[in-house]
Amino acid sequence: MSEVVKKFLYVNRKAPYGTIYALEALEVVLIGAAFDQDVSMAFLDDGVFQLVKDQNTKEIGVKNFSPTFRALGDYEVTKLYVEAESLAERGLTEDDLQEIVYEDEDDDWAEKPSIRIVSRDEMAAVMADQDVILSF
Amino acid sequence: MKFGIVVSEGPYTHQASDTAYHFAKAALEAGHEVPRVFFYHDGVNVGTRLSVPPQDERNIQANWTALGKAHGIDLVICIAAAQRRGLLDENEASRQGKDANNIAEGFRISGLGQLIEMGIQTDRLMTFGD
Repeated sequence: MSEVVKKFLYVNRKAPYGTIYALEALEVVLIGAAFDQDVSMAFLDDGVFQLVKDQNTKEIGVKNFSPTFRALGDYEVTKLYVEAESLAERGLTEDDLQEIVYEDEDDDWAEKPSIRIVSRDEMAAVMADQDVILSF
Repeated sequence: MKFGIVVSEGPYTHQASDTAYHFAKAALEAGHEVPRVFFYHDGVNVGTRLSVPPQDERNIQANWTALGKAHGIDLVICIAAAQRRGLLDENEASRQGKDANNIAEGFRISGLGQLIEMGIQTDRLMTFGD
């Protein structure tokens, strides 16, 4: 669709429910996938809660959109950076997150994890490497 | 330099749409370009023509309409966010079977693709929000 390929980073800082930012951020990512850009997502602060497994929103009457994260691989969104310090500060570990994988077309479609746990310093380097950052 | 601007908070409740306006105005006065402003989340509410702020307050929508007109800025309201929050143009109102529309002069409703396109086509993307 476009000849220019830029590095897009979608930064998710807020909890999945309570405000609409997380859901509307994901809508941007899904639409943006059609533009064939180099897309990454970052999860930090309360944003790490977006990836927690076994979410159940029945009692609060809003849609549980967390299964959509598992479809990101089909949209070629395969780099989900999660900040280790944000997890630890909230008493979470990688085991609390849902498994998100993609099929690597350059490696005989082997299934690989999309979630990459990075330190705060590494996250800063990821951000510094981008052309366009959208923060939610 | 070409600036793309995202406004992601609603008018009056939050400073974002004001600060974005002042930034855009200053950038244009300094000789930069602002081809498009994209209104997302509650920011879509900037584009209603039915807001009537007290006369001794700034009118955020009117400010944007005037700036857009003076400099040919494409003021885009996200359709998905707008539908949730009751922002409709004539086409959308008729398509959704609603009895009114409320979009202000100079604004148009379009898709999230316009946001991504703005990121691709500008030199810097600035987000005004929380």
